[in-house]
Amino acid sequence: MTVFGVVTALLQVVLVAAVGPILVGVLRQLRARVEGRVGAGILQPWRDLIKLLRREPISAAGTSWVLILAPVVLMGTSLAVAVLVPYVSTRSATANSSDLFAVVALLLVGTVVLTLAGLDTGTAFGGMGASREITIAALVEPAVLLAVFALSLPAGSTNLAVIVARRVSDQAQLASPVSLLVVVALTIVTLAEAGRLPVDNPATHLELTMIHEAMVLEYSGRDLALVEWASSIRLVILLGLTANLFLPWGVATQAGALALLVGVVAFLAKLLLFGAVLGIGEVFIAKFRLFRVPELLAGAVVLGFLAVMAAFFLVQGSG
Amino acid sequence: MNSAAVVVLGQGVFTVLGTLAAFLPPNRRAMAAGLATGLLGATGFATGIVAFTRPTTMEVGSGLAQVSIRLDPLGGIFLLIIGLLALAASCYAVGYVSGPSASRTSWIALTLFIASMQLVAMAGSVAVFVVGWESMAVTSLLLVWTEHQHSRAVRSAGLWYAAMSQLGFLLILGMFALLVSTGGQSQFLNMHSAVSTGSPLLRSGVFLLALAGFGMKAGLVPVHVWLPRAHPEAPSHVSALMSGAMVSLGIYGLIRIVIEVLGRGPIWWGLLLLAFGGVSALYGILQAVVATDLKRLLAYSTTENMGLATVAIGAALLFIAAGRPIPAGVAIAAALLLVVNHAFFKGLLFLAAGAVLKATGLRDLDRLGGLVSRMPTTARLFAVGALAAAALPPANGFVSEWLLLQSLVQGERGSSTVTALALPIAVAVVALTAGLAVATFVKAFGIGFLARPRSEAADLAVESPMAMRFGMGLLALIVVILGLFPTVVLHRIALATTIPGARPITATWARIQLAGGASLAPPMLVALTVAFGALMAGYVRWHGRPRRTGALTWGNGGVRLSSRMEYTATSFAEPLQRVFDNILRPEQDVSVTPVAESRYLVERVGYEQRVDDVVETRFYQPLLAMGAAWGEWGRRLAPGSVHRYVGYVFGALLIAFAVISL
Repeated sequence: MTVFGVVTALLQVVLVAAVGPILVGVLRQLRARVEGRVGAGILQPWRDLIKLLRREPISAAGTSWVLILAPVVLMGTSLAVAVLVPYVSTRSATANSSDLFAVVALLLVGTVVLTLAGLDTGTAFGGMGASREITIAALVEPAVLLAVFALSLPAGSTNLAVIVARRVSDQAQLASPVSLLVVVALTIVTLAEAGRLPVDNPATHLELTMIHEAMVLEYSGRDLALVEWASSIRLVILLGLTANLFLPWGVATQAGALALLVGVVAFLAKLLLFGAVLGIGEVFIAKFRLFRVPELLAGAVVLGFLAVMAAFFLVQGSG
Repeated sequence: MNSAAVVVLGQGVFTVLGTLAAFLPPNRRAMAAGLATGLLGATGFATGIVAFTRPTTMEVGSGLAQVSIRLDPLGGIFLLIIGLLALAASCYAVGYVSGPSASRTSWIALTLFIASMQLVAMAGSVAVFVVGWESMAVTSLLLVWTEHQHSRAVRSAGLWYAAMSQLGFLLILGMFALLVSTGGQSQFLNMHSAVSTGSPLLRSGVFLLALAGFGMKAGLVPVHVWLPRAHPEAPSHVSALMSGAMVSLGIYGLIRIVIEVLGRGPIWWGLLLLAFGGVSALYGILQAVVATDLKRLLAYSTTENMGLATVAIGAALLFIAAGRPIPAGVAIAAALLLVVNHAFFKGLLFLAAGAVLKATGLRDLDRLGGLVSRMPTTARLFAVGALAAAALPPANGFVSEWLLLQSLVQGERGSSTVTALALPIAVAVVALTAGLAVATFVKAFGIGFLARPRSEAADLAVESPMAMRFGMGLLALIVVILGLFPTVVLHRIALATTIPGARPITATWARIQLAGGASLAPPMLVALTVAFGALMAGYVRWHGRPRRTGALTWGNGGVRLSSRMEYTATSFAEPLQRVFDNILRPEQDVSVTPVAESRYLVERVGYEQRVDDVVETRFYQPLLAMGAAWGEWGRRLAPGSVHRYVGYVFGALLIAFAVISL
């Protein structure tokens, strides 16, 4: 475990945690500008967070430790993933633990505690949000794991650091059909997991359509702050992961301060680019009906499967 | 006398003591018999350890009466499972049993049940195996029937179980007959070389019979139907033992016969196992996700887990057929780890469900709720089990699921095209199964234990006695330890994987390293999560104002919410049920009653929904109906007329003479 590795790991957590609310701010600001509004500025989510963090949380009667524990666990798993995934460097101290299956499982733990919290409130809203969230989480799983499978074939490992390092060194892979199929599949997965349009509308509070917001309706004060913060971190995690797999340039594969600096700048630039595409794209699409979402996810599974087969024949052909 | 003989004798002694203890008066019976069965489990555990440190074979007697005991690592793993589960279930039973489950017969059956399961895992020859297998089936049947006087469901469950386990036994007998006649060898130790020269047709026959016979015990679709009936109706400590240990022995049989004895076979063996395993896993979890009976849900999840283990064995067969020992070794290790982990978390879940049943008299999730404050310990322990069953870290289920996925993913490189097509499908199935398992156990815990109680019985629940909590706590501890430090058992599993020339898994206490390059460090993942979680919790708590509790929940600005407005298990699973409508085929019935004065005003709306097991309604019931019709028709042959019977005798004689004269 080198000094560089530890520094990188810590830097990544701080970076992802700091950027999360800003990314949400950017998305909202973009949306506002495209729709012809002034917008509240990209720092508004941070201001909200700071305010909420100071406020007392209120727990409803009849709720249990699950409701109190959920935001903490959600935050813990999100930050743990932020350390594990190679965003700025593939040589962080935790690189050899960044197994993609483990990353997916950690994210799923976060989803699960939040759905349990939704059920714990005992309201119809909480149950509704939890039920919908878990339905989507269950159906996303095959698409995610097939994408992992396809990515692992050329690299010969499911370790993310290995996969990203391999993609940096062998850039011919980036334009291969495998890559394109995986990125489309992962984008659909990201939209579903992060609760963006067309799967969930983060701005809605209408009971017929909301998923995530329904689940966290009973949260207030610092509990709410943690949940919102963690959600924004999860958006960065997923979007950053897709960005880094598609455009791996700039990720530091060597130790050194300069490489790290390049890594940070490149990561922020990629995030901004993908965020901009997402933010502007969202203006032009409407939310799907809940029961159309499985069709979208089934599409992602098919793409994932094709990606695995393509990767198999390419690997077989080259070796 | 060596250590192996001592522990095996110990098992015999405690079996006898357990049987004798059942004859004590009722007030002392539970304690004494529970102690004896617990110690029987503990000595079995010790035998399991001996099986690793000093594999031995022992033979007593000769000829047909020869008893051949073989202690080897593969059997040892199952001895460990059975031992620990029996220990936990016995502690639990001391506090749990009442009425018919505390009877003399019931305790004797329990003792013999545990002993016969241990015998199966120690069997060195076909004769011992078959005796153990059948006595396991009979004693467990007695236990399933424990509460036969109280409900019809118990009787019908028992009948299904009896019929199917005996059918399975016949298939296994046929399989052994074929196996022994092929190789002329009835000792497992030498069987592999004896049958390796057998004709491919015979070997395939053995394979198919083994799959059918052991698949029935493991509850694979379509021969799973006894499982969701028998597990819920048995007393809960018995359900835990049946689902955790007995069902696993089906997988034990498959590994013993198909991998160890038969070994290398044609590629379709592996594909067939993959198909059966995948279908079982998916069908099982789909039924579990819509089930509202807590123990039925757990039973279907057993089918799912055994399906996953079968997928792993199928993958192993494919890799063995292709001559690739390293992925094959990983796949077998995955199968064994799945079984080990499943045994403990499912045992725990069944015990916790039993605690709920005892406290409330309910198994129906739609009427439970609010138990987290009324039965806090049971709720926490159930949560641990549910986490494991959902295959999430830090519980043990995650590690086995990871190993299974790794074995499938690693096998892809350099496989033939058929295998290359099959493996991604298997991964997708395993992934969907994992996702649905998460939904299932969020439902089981979230609806069953959280929020407000949905019935008076749930409202009045009280925490279980000490003995029950101790039994559950023991299993929960094992689940967490195996989740954080899977190496404890992986070392032993690596010994039991019998592929020569491969060392697929190396493990330190903190990390599992596969030969293919993947590695997993569960303590690291958990440490990171806990550290960051604690940091956040500590920071916000220190800076913010204290929490205010007891506020009203948001009721849309008006009414106070009642527990009737909560989501139920049925409504929670409704979206998934709708997505998988084609497979589940739910029956729904809405009846609207208008008020007398005007048909435009609705007085009440009734909604009824049931999800039956499609395999049962579409396959078994027509089959049974056909059998019954055939029987009805057959009755016409015997109308009671003596003339007719004399005619039959005459006809039979004629045919006999005709045959002889040919």
